[in-house]
Amino acid sequence: MIELRGVTVRYGSTVAVDNVDLELPTGAIYGLLGRNGSGKTSLLSVLASYRKPSAGTVLIDGEAAFENPRLMRQTSFIRDTLDLSGSDRISTVFAVARWLRPGWDAEYAGKLLDLFELHPRERVGGLSRGERSMLGATLGLAGRAPLTILDESYLGMDAVARTLFYRELLDDYLAHPRTIVLSTHLIEEVAELFERVIIMDRGRILLHDETDALRGRGVTVTGPADLVTAFAAGHTVLGEHSLGTVRALTLDGRLDPDEIARGERDGLSFGPLGLQELFVHLTSQPRPLEASR
Amino acid sequence: MFHDRSPIYLQIADGIKNDVLSGALKEDDQVMSTNQYAAFYRINPATAAKGFAQLVDEGVLYKRRGIGMFVSPDAPAKLRAERRQRFFAEVVDPMLEEAKRVGIGVDDITHYLGSRR
Repeated sequence: MIELRGVTVRYGSTVAVDNVDLELPTGAIYGLLGRNGSGKTSLLSVLASYRKPSAGTVLIDGEAAFENPRLMRQTSFIRDTLDLSGSDRISTVFAVARWLRPGWDAEYAGKLLDLFELHPRERVGGLSRGERSMLGATLGLAGRAPLTILDESYLGMDAVARTLFYRELLDDYLAHPRTIVLSTHLIEEVAELFERVIIMDRGRILLHDETDALRGRGVTVTGPADLVTAFAAGHTVLGEHSLGTVRALTLDGRLDPDEIARGERDGLSFGPLGLQELFVHLTSQPRPLEASR
Repeated sequence: MFHDRSPIYLQIADGIKNDVLSGALKEDDQVMSTNQYAAFYRINPATAAKGFAQLVDEGVLYKRRGIGMFVSPDAPAKLRAERRQRFFAEVVDPMLEEAKRVGIGVDDITHYLGSRR
């Protein structure tokens, strides 16, 4: 079990992570979602013990993680900067990884490099944005660290490379189960890989649930304004728009099929809400609602 | 393969039930393991496991320790009975609603059904 207790990260007067409590059972793939500036990277930096929180602690199986050498060998944090020297060749980077990571699989690292069409003699500084991400993904996966944290490790990758990355992530996880935390903006394309989803908003955890529980949560109701408004009474409204006398409301929660059938008989139409849309609605600024009048 | 309108584990369970009803999976046939299923459909294995657990709970599948999961001998008959019960509520009633909306009378429908006998 990985536990975050009262974790706060402050930069001067800015609070990036605000008193977060989180329990993550090990041996699962977590998706961390949030808009830019929501505190994802700060939270991950604390989780990886790259940063000491301003307040609070991270415990891994009950042990404090910060400056704990044994736990740090078992924690891999792949972030945007890669924390590598630009003049190093990929082969050198791999040699260091082998020395640092007890679980390093050199053969698999080579296979991933081939897959991403990178060469061991290339220097880190000469890689494109997408290639840097591919190298990051390779280090993260082949390191086989019991806690692997991948912070937006797909940046700059094209659709083909991202598909390869997700495929390898799942296959390698199936063969070597471990805890993987992956932050992303591209929810739709990876949601099926996540066992659980954590949504951050303005430094706080907005939601932590099984990914599957979010599917079919949220629905749009469209129809004559007065009927739609009446139907929405008692529901949480996430969003709304109107055109003339037609109104569309996005409601949170799972509707009872009988309720939908009744609404359809009254001439309302219902549409599902995709995960991406649900995420957008949940993390947009709340607006004053007229629906509950 | 999967859509966002309902949890994937329920979609997995429905898919396997459909295979049992169509005869693609027969009594005592072994089904894929959760890891095989996860790798094939590119989904998290915990999601696949939940779908299979649902089917074991409902008695559609049974487990043999250390070997895998199999189709229960009474699953086809049981699923057929369930679907027959739901047929009128889920298939016929919505059809009648639509017929009413577009002005097709019940007599027209019975006439049409008679011609299809």
